[in-house]
Amino acid sequence: MKFLLASLFTTAAFAQLNSATILKPPPDSWPTFNGDYSGKRFSPLKQVNDSNVHDLALSWSTRFNLGGGGGRGLSIKSTPLLVNGILYFTAPNNVWAADARTGHELWHYEYPPNTGSTIGNRGVGMYGNWLYFETPDSNLVSLDARTGKQRWKVQIADPKLDYTSTVAPVVVGNHIIVGIGGDHLDNPGFLQSRDPETGALQWKWWTTPRKGDPNMDTWPDEYSAAHGTGQAWIPGTYDPELNLYIVGTGNPNPVMAEKSRKGDNLYTCSIVAINPDTGKLVWYFQPSPHDVHDWDAVETPILFDGVIDGKPRKLVAQASRNGYFFVLDRVTGKALVTKPFIETVNWAKGLDAKGQPIPDPKKFPSTDGVLVSPSSNGATNWPAPSYDPETGLFYVGTSRSWSMYYLTDTDDHPEGWGGLDSTVGNDGNALLAIDYKTGNTVWRHDWPSGSGVVHNLSTAGKLLFTSNGNNFIAFNAATGKILWHAGLMAAPSAGAITYMLDGKQFVLICAADSLYAFTVNQPVK
Amino acid sequence: MLNWKSSALSLTLVLAPALYITAQEPTVRPGRGGGSDKGDKGITAAITGSKEDPAAFERGAKAYTQNCAGCHGATGRGSVGAPDLIRSILVLDDEKGILIAPVIRDGRPDAGMPKLPLTEPQIADIVAWLHVQTYAAGHRSTYAYQDVLTGDAKKGEAYFNATCKGCHSATGDLKGIGGRYDAFSLQAKWLQPRGGRGGGTSAKSATTVTVTLPNGEKISGVLDRIDDFSVSLKDSSGDYRSFTREGATPKVDIHDPMKPHLDLLAKYTDPDIHNVTAYLVTLK
Repeated sequence: MKFLLASLFTTAAFAQLNSATILKPPPDSWPTFNGDYSGKRFSPLKQVNDSNVHDLALSWSTRFNLGGGGGRGLSIKSTPLLVNGILYFTAPNNVWAADARTGHELWHYEYPPNTGSTIGNRGVGMYGNWLYFETPDSNLVSLDARTGKQRWKVQIADPKLDYTSTVAPVVVGNHIIVGIGGDHLDNPGFLQSRDPETGALQWKWWTTPRKGDPNMDTWPDEYSAAHGTGQAWIPGTYDPELNLYIVGTGNPNPVMAEKSRKGDNLYTCSIVAINPDTGKLVWYFQPSPHDVHDWDAVETPILFDGVIDGKPRKLVAQASRNGYFFVLDRVTGKALVTKPFIETVNWAKGLDAKGQPIPDPKKFPSTDGVLVSPSSNGATNWPAPSYDPETGLFYVGTSRSWSMYYLTDTDDHPEGWGGLDSTVGNDGNALLAIDYKTGNTVWRHDWPSGSGVVHNLSTAGKLLFTSNGNNFIAFNAATGKILWHAGLMAAPSAGAITYMLDGKQFVLICAADSLYAFTVNQPVK
Repeated sequence: MLNWKSSALSLTLVLAPALYITAQEPTVRPGRGGGSDKGDKGITAAITGSKEDPAAFERGAKAYTQNCAGCHGATGRGSVGAPDLIRSILVLDDEKGILIAPVIRDGRPDAGMPKLPLTEPQIADIVAWLHVQTYAAGHRSTYAYQDVLTGDAKKGEAYFNATCKGCHSATGDLKGIGGRYDAFSLQAKWLQPRGGRGGGTSAKSATTVTVTLPNGEKISGVLDRIDDFSVSLKDSSGDYRSFTREGATPKVDIHDPMKPHLDLLAKYTDPDIHNVTAYLVTLK
């Protein structure tokens, strides 16, 4: 017991999480939402690999009680952070710390019940000993990671305006970058940077132009731009060499009624590169100009280096909710590859000179309905994609869904959603492995049932971890062959992570209210 | 158009369940025959959801029309010189009129809004009306589908005869279908016959499966569930059978009688869809 206490004490005295650690995360850590800044969700660990994954077995599982304003039925949709052997993870209104070796709960923070939407929470950000957590009623809360005690909270948006906050804050240098969600009342979208010690506002970047800004002409007027929404509700990625925070933005508003917002509606449904020190836009690319189908372009823009057309390049790739795969030069934001990744997409007339799909007005929602693929849930959605630099493949969970899109608000000043979509079928769900150089699918796995839009993690053990229904599954990352699975008590609800502690590689997955950690048992010495 | 006048109370109970449909699900409402009267349903659902008093809402609508609509527009969405009240931060932040009432009571002379000769109860009614409007805009569960009957029934019949007749008959299985659903529900139903509200699986539409074991034995039945690791079924005698799957073993053949509907999704034009709906509603 004495030994245990002593080791806990040394753990607490470990070096605080600093920028250098986040820039090059050691294998015993997962210090940011995506594990590192690149968004690859690729781990160099290979103790668990294609030749022994069949022996992967449960090391521990723990169920966590949801409290605060959590209520029943909530899921852990956060990717856990791992720092100094301790996991930090969330559900709306709830934050936990647990021992990564055992699953033992160390503390549980409950935020008071409130009226905000509890649709999800993607996790915490960490700086030094401090954690940062967004609440359903749009506060940014800072906790002491050692105790779970609240240090302070600051309001980041007015919850009565239908803002809801789900984002895992991203720590870049001394900036805590937060985004928000909520698109029911045409409220302005923005990113904010907050001071890690005080929560004070450092900068705010509106996701749509204001008076005098470039690209105001992609809106009819200042009023429609100011109410154009474009919420960035998934954490972005960061290139330290270019000093660019690269993040996707959500749909424009009113969502399906476009009469009052003719134009491309920048910077909604866009991938934007922001200088994290100044909050200034450096470049943008718009996967869905003038979106009318709720196809947020928030899916993780993954950063990697590669060769296209014989030239080494710094790249960023996104499999977007609208059904198109994009690879951009991340120095300039120029598109190098644009290609649909589901066969059913039927809403674009072609590509413009920038490589952006041109929306077909015939597929804008109408009162009598238009048939469009994908549905508003998208060809993919927020669940994490992964890029494996060893296979050169981009892995993404997909769905070939169809919906009838109906316009319900025919007023000259439509508001809110202004329309609805009614799903009419699904041609199938598949895991795709996409060649970034061409956008072509190299291998695919069609699921016999269950959701296809699921989280991915690739490793140097030549493995791809993903899920289907309640099954947590490992594939050979290069060939698409299934090598292992485990049936859990619920469907995985967040991205898997992997880490090495005491010479043992753990693969950790969240499913509903429980965490499961798997290891390959090593020979007894 | 304001559609608040008709029978708000009587519809309230009927529509309350629609509010609990989650945002991502299709919001199919039970039909009442005909698709042009949906506006009432939307605002009625919003009255229920916002927990405002329906009587106050109705009085508020009249008071709003008489005193406010001239500048702020019939639906409160503003006009040149008068702001959109539904997007107003003051309105959205308001609770029980604490913020709104002083503005109505005193006007905003500097902004050109006059003081209005309204009683306190009238002001409270207008507040109730505004809260219902913001609730309606902000909650998809209250949205009402409009008329989907825009197609040409004759063209729809021709399409039906060319495409659907192999499986369906206007005088057989589809006889009277136009009388059983309103136009919107009918369109949703024929595009996706499986699922939807209360959509159980009949014996005719059930997916069946045949499992061929390595020794050649075949076991067939109604599919219970399948994933990459197992398949289960109920055979013709009602027995439950379950099999472990490993890659292609055992061989599994699935037959979904609804697959032709799925395959057609990539082939329909939107006019085809509207025309077929227009034809099917004539099958009374």
